[in-house]
Amino acid sequence: MTFVYDATYEGLLSAIFESYRLQTIPLRIVAEDKHQKSLFDQVVTINTDDTYSNRVKKGLEKKCGKQASNLIYRCFLSEKPGIEMLIFHFVRTAMKHEENVLQNYRDEQILQLHQINKQIGREVHRMHAFVRFQETKDGMMTSLINPDFNVIPLIGKHFVDRYPAFEWLIYDTKRRYGIHYKDSLSFITFGENQHRYLAGEVLTSAENQYQQLWKSYFRAVDIPERRNLKLHVQHVPKRYWKYLIEKSEA
Amino acid sequence: MNHRVKEKLEILADAAKYDVSCASSGSKRKNTKDGLGNATGMGICHTYTQDGRCVSLLKILLTNHCIFDCAYCVSRRSNDIKRAAFTVQEVVDLTINFYKRNYIEGLFLSSGIFKNVDYTMERLVRIAKKLREEHKFNGYIHLKAIPGASDELIHEAGLYADRLSVNLEIPSEQSLKKVAPEKDYATAYKPMNYLSEAITEYKKEKKVIKSAPKFTPGGQSTQLVIGATPENDRHILNLADSLYQQQNLKRVYYSGYIPISDDNRLPVLRQAPLRRENRLYQADWLMRFYKFKVDEIVDDNNPNLDLDIDPKLAYALRNPQFFPIDVNIADYEWILRIPGIGAKSAKKIIAARRFGKLRQEHLKKIGIIWKRAKYFLTCADRDFINLGFQPEAIRAQILHNPKSKSKPGQLNLFAPTPTLLTT
Repeated sequence: MTFVYDATYEGLLSAIFESYRLQTIPLRIVAEDKHQKSLFDQVVTINTDDTYSNRVKKGLEKKCGKQASNLIYRCFLSEKPGIEMLIFHFVRTAMKHEENVLQNYRDEQILQLHQINKQIGREVHRMHAFVRFQETKDGMMTSLINPDFNVIPLIGKHFVDRYPAFEWLIYDTKRRYGIHYKDSLSFITFGENQHRYLAGEVLTSAENQYQQLWKSYFRAVDIPERRNLKLHVQHVPKRYWKYLIEKSEA
Repeated sequence: MNHRVKEKLEILADAAKYDVSCASSGSKRKNTKDGLGNATGMGICHTYTQDGRCVSLLKILLTNHCIFDCAYCVSRRSNDIKRAAFTVQEVVDLTINFYKRNYIEGLFLSSGIFKNVDYTMERLVRIAKKLREEHKFNGYIHLKAIPGASDELIHEAGLYADRLSVNLEIPSEQSLKKVAPEKDYATAYKPMNYLSEAITEYKKEKKVIKSAPKFTPGGQSTQLVIGATPENDRHILNLADSLYQQQNLKRVYYSGYIPISDDNRLPVLRQAPLRRENRLYQADWLMRFYKFKVDEIVDDNNPNLDLDIDPKLAYALRNPQFFPIDVNIADYEWILRIPGIGAKSAKKIIAARRFGKLRQEHLKKIGIIWKRAKYFLTCADRDFINLGFQPEAIRAQILHNPKSKSKPGQLNLFAPTPTLLTT
C-alpha cells in the first residue's frame, strides 16, 4: 500500500496518523509530485489535517520530548528519497516503547535520522556563513542561495537577530522561494526563472566597490607558503562558489 | 571609498595575516532592535583562504609603521616594505559594510607601534568605541592588548572588545631577547595578568548584578611562533599549560614559522613546520577537551611530539597497561582516551549502550575510526584476550595502511584553526 501526501510536513504527519487509524503499515509514503502510479499498487490519498498532524506531534513529544519532533522536522526538510519511511519508523518505534528511544544509536534507522540531521545542521551553518548580501538601489540587501537541502525555514531567526534594522531578502533559486524581512519575517516567492542572478544595474555603486574591496581582502590574506587547495575546497565546496563574491570570476 | 583604501587594505591585511587567530567564538552578545550584529557563541567562518584557514573576522593592522625591530615580524622597522595607515573612520566603514553584507563576524584589529604604545592603543580603543557606541555594532571585536599600554587603556579596551590578545610570539624569554631586542616577558605578562584578574572580577559581579557590563566575554588568547627558535614541544606545551592555568587563557595559537624574513637573527627554514604545528594543536586539544595532563603527552623520554602519529595514539602506544578499554562499561573519560574515538562518538557510545550491548557494527556506524580504534577496545563481540598488544606492531600497521591519513610527510585534514568548537 502506498500513502500519497501533499508534500507538506503536516501532510506527512497526517499520513502517520492515518496508518494508526487504518491499522496498516504502508509500503511507501510518497509526496504527490513524486508519485508514479503503478498497476498493482493500492494507493491511499492522505488528507492533510492539522488536528491529526498535531496529535502525532504532541504524542511524539510526550514520549521523546521536543528534541524528537525537531529532529523529524529537520530531517523532513532534507527532501531525501525515502525520508518519509525513516520518519514513519521513528514515530512508530517511539510510540511503541516505554523509554525515550531518541538516543538509541543501536537502531540503524534512528541513527540514520541523526546522521541526516547532522547534514542539515552543517548546511544551516554553511548558509549562516555563505549568504552574501548585495545592496540594491531600492535599499534592500539581497542574497541568492542554492542549498542542498530546503533550509530556508531554518535560517530566518539567525538573520533576524543579526540584521533587524534593515530590509533584506534571502532567496533559494533552486526551490524558487525565500524569506523577506522588513520589521517582520515572511515567506516570499517570485515567478519562474526570475532571480537567478542579480544584474549589475540593480546594484548601488557602493555595492560594487565593497565587493571589489572584499575580493582584494580575500586575495591579500592568502599565504602561498601554506597553500592547501584540497583543504580549501573541503571547507568551501565548489557548488557554493556561484554566489560567493570572493570566489566568483568577474 | 577610493582606490587608496583598496591599496591600504591590501597592505594591512597582508601584514596581519601571520597572526593565525581568527576565532569569533566564545562570546555571546545580543543585538538591540536598531543595532547591527550579534555574537552567537559558536563562531562562524565566512570563507576559507586557499590554505584552508578560517576567515571569520576582518583581520587588519591599523598601521604597519613600527618603531620596533622584531626579527620574526614582516613589519619590523628595518624591513624595506610599503607602509600604510588607516584612519579611524576607514576601519569603521570597512567593518560596518563588510558585516552588513555577511562577509565577516566582526573585526580583529592589531597594529604596529607608531610614536609610542599608548598612542597606538588609544587609536585601537577609539575604533572599538566608535563601532559600539555610534554604530550600535554588536558583532565580534578582537583587539590587541599592546604590552606596555597603560592599565586604563587596557581596561577600556576590555569594555568594548569580545576578546583581547597579547602575543608572546617567542616561546622563551631567552630566545625572545635575541630576536626582539625591545621586548621582554615581564612587559607581555603584565597586561595578561591584569586582564585575567579583571575578567574574573567582572564575571563575579555579573553573577550578582545582571546589568553589570561585559568585560572581554570571549576571554584572552595568545600566539606562539613555532620553529623560529630552538624550544622543544615539551617546553612549548608546558608554557601553554601554564597560560591556561595561571592566566586563564581561552586559546593558545601555534604558528609554524613561515620564513618571511631574511633577517640573520633567524634560522633559514626550507619550509614552514606545518606538521609540527598540527601536532601541537592536537596536543592542545587533548589538554583542553580530553583531560590529558602535559606530562602524559610529552615527557623526559619524549620531549617532542611524534610527527608520524597523533599524540593520542602515541600516548596509547606508550601506555599499553591501560588498554584495551571495554566500551560497554568504561567511564566517559576512558572512552575518550581510545585512539580513533572523539568526544561526539564517546557521548553517543555512552547514550547508546543504555539500550543494549554495543557490537562492532554499532561502533562503526556511530562513526568511530575503526581501523585505529580496533587495537585499543573491546566490545560485545570482540574479545581481546588473544589479540595481544605489541605497540611497535600496531604502530607499523597503522602507518603502513595504504589508506591511512597519517602517512609520514603528508598533512592530514585536521584544520589548524578549528572552527566550530566553542572555546
